[in-house]
Amino acid sequence: MSWMRSFRYIRRLCHAMVGLPSYPAYLEHMAAKHPDCAPMDYQTFFRDRQNARYQGKGGGRCC
Amino acid sequence: MPDRRNRAIELLRRHLPWAVLAGVGALAAGGMAAERGEHVNALWLVVAAVSVYLIAYRYYSRYLASTVLGLDPARLTPAVRHADGLDFVPTDRTVLFGHHFAAIAGAGPLVGPVLAAQMGYLPGTLWLLAGVVFAGAVQDFLVLFISMRRDGRSFGELIRLEMGPLAGTIALVGAFMIMVIILAVLALIVVRALADSPWGMFTVAATVPLAILMGIYTRWIRPGRVGEVSILGLVGLMLAIVYGQTVAQTPALAGLFTFTAVQLCWILIGYGAVAAMLPVWLLLAPRDYLSTFLKIGAIIALAFGIAIMQPELRMPAFTQFVDGSGPVWSGSLFPFLFITIACGAVSGFHALIASGTTPKLIASEADARFIGYGAMLAESFVAIMALVAASILDPGIYFTMNAPAALLGTSPETAAAAVTAMGFPIDAATIAGTAKDVGENSIISRTGGAPTLAVAMAQIFSHLIGGKAMMAFWYHFAILFEALFILTAVDAGTRAGRFMLQDLLGLAVPRLKDTKSLPANALATLLCVSAWGFFLYQGVTDPLGGVNTLWPLFGISNQMLAAVALMLGTVVLFRMKRQKMAWVAAVPAAWLILCTGTAGLLKLLSPDPRLGFVAHAMKFRDAAAMGEVLAPAKSLSDMHRIIFNDLVDAALCLLFLAVVASILLLAIRACLDARRNEKPSIQELPAMV
Repeated sequence: MSWMRSFRYIRRLCHAMVGLPSYPAYLEHMAAKHPDCAPMDYQTFFRDRQNARYQGKGGGRCC
Repeated sequence: MPDRRNRAIELLRRHLPWAVLAGVGALAAGGMAAERGEHVNALWLVVAAVSVYLIAYRYYSRYLASTVLGLDPARLTPAVRHADGLDFVPTDRTVLFGHHFAAIAGAGPLVGPVLAAQMGYLPGTLWLLAGVVFAGAVQDFLVLFISMRRDGRSFGELIRLEMGPLAGTIALVGAFMIMVIILAVLALIVVRALADSPWGMFTVAATVPLAILMGIYTRWIRPGRVGEVSILGLVGLMLAIVYGQTVAQTPALAGLFTFTAVQLCWILIGYGAVAAMLPVWLLLAPRDYLSTFLKIGAIIALAFGIAIMQPELRMPAFTQFVDGSGPVWSGSLFPFLFITIACGAVSGFHALIASGTTPKLIASEADARFIGYGAMLAESFVAIMALVAASILDPGIYFTMNAPAALLGTSPETAAAAVTAMGFPIDAATIAGTAKDVGENSIISRTGGAPTLAVAMAQIFSHLIGGKAMMAFWYHFAILFEALFILTAVDAGTRAGRFMLQDLLGLAVPRLKDTKSLPANALATLLCVSAWGFFLYQGVTDPLGGVNTLWPLFGISNQMLAAVALMLGTVVLFRMKRQKMAWVAAVPAAWLILCTGTAGLLKLLSPDPRLGFVAHAMKFRDAAAMGEVLAPAKSLSDMHRIIFNDLVDAALCLLFLAVVASILLLAIRACLDARRNEKPSIQELPAMV
């Protein structure tokens, strides 16, 4: 079990490093706060986040 | 009595481990001092540095967090206040540390220390340690804190909010110019590393189709599988490096991938223009995955490599070049060392990152210390490793690679003679042998820092895996790793610059603000690319290697942005009515203003043509007036181009000086206003909604 947990943690860390937020956390948020709205599916969520990261806001990366 | 004894025991329990750590650090430093004269083991330096980081984190950052800023875990962060599962997400602090570190660590902390090694390893080490503890990490932490208390607003907005609209606009224009210089200098590093290197050029070129395939994979075949596609991509990269050797050894193929510096310059400019207009999922995003993971992996591998190999530092602690006569870059220790090592000690660019996505993801205010201060310490550690890497090389090789071609000539014999004359004996066979070991035609005057670091990394990695036979592979692996994330930065930076420019142009012509309009996009992209392309071309055609001109401009501008960020911190502390503790930001700000101001004025006004842009322009103008052609110019029109370039550089210096001077005046006024106020006058959000 802990092996699975470390795998999930590393995957989460890798996604965070390339600016991809957690999809389960998004689903959780939608279920808790907006139960009446249908959440985006993973593909839409992924595309939305990819555009958000590189649209120029936030100024690229460091030197 | 027992009460006092308990307290003493408690104090001892709390501080004893740290006192022991201080002892270890002191011993390591002592070990370095005792071994002076012979070669010092690099591990001493690393252990001393890590001890400094840990102690600074435990004591100084704690003082900043609890006493100066008063972090309050009960206060809602933007991530909690505006939670939306997308931009605002409370994130585990170690995961967020990874996010923030990956965003701040780039080419800067790797290149600056390599260049600084021309003065010996000690000046650079001391500045890296003192700079990060008292300036760099403080700046990152402060900006993160300020943004976190204001809904995660961006740097420009924060300055406008606390220092007024004029200061905000000035800072934005300054930030755009800095972006242009950064892109030019990064692109120059790639050009210097890939010129006349078919192996390197092939592997880097291969990343473009590779990234496009990855983009198609994540878009349609297996949408959003970042991990999967990155592993496939990494396998592709390794194959490209291996096949690159065949390319380099097959004359027919090698010819296709051999370019001069000027050709590469135009290729990069064209690439930048096209890449910045492609959809992000196709090229930018997948290459960002590759470069991020490769970067983090290479940094970790380098740390392990140094720990296992325990190499000796062959560069002396000080060289004679502290007086400013060095061949790698001109200028004396003060102020030029402090602008040559920018990232790793203090980097203004981080102010943009610390007010970007990170403040929107912090789950609890208390985490800001670990992420803001801690991640910058980690970046400084990367810079220390780069300095170690440059210093374990034979100094003769170091200067062969980093001195300008105008000084060294082009054959191993002339280079060996020139470097030996500098006082670093080396023979032609060693130079030729090193080039052969790393699979290159020549290592002479491969300036820019990246190739030097790659040779050092190849030595360290081949010690771990593969021995001498693998050295050429590791060299090209290191070049690829640097080129890859520099190209990502060029691409992302051009895009960001384009948006910044569209915002600015939109003030005059509203139609240009529309980021969906193709002509508006193309125009802004073209302007942005020509801006950095101009400086890149100037650097590529500069006989002194270009790094000589561009790196100081980059350092000055980057450190000035840091000074602006620290001035913002000072103003905010004054407005919080915590001015008694404002020295934590004001002292490093003053130091940076002193360094960058002096450096800027010297670059502008120094009568020495090696240093001053205006003096250099005058020298060429006088010669041109008499019809003389001075080297490197080959014709009178070359002469006029050089004069024009010098004047542009001088104007840029003047602009940077004016930006800092005006922000300084506005900051002083804001502090005085705040002092007259009885109550805090900051614009932060109330603790509770």
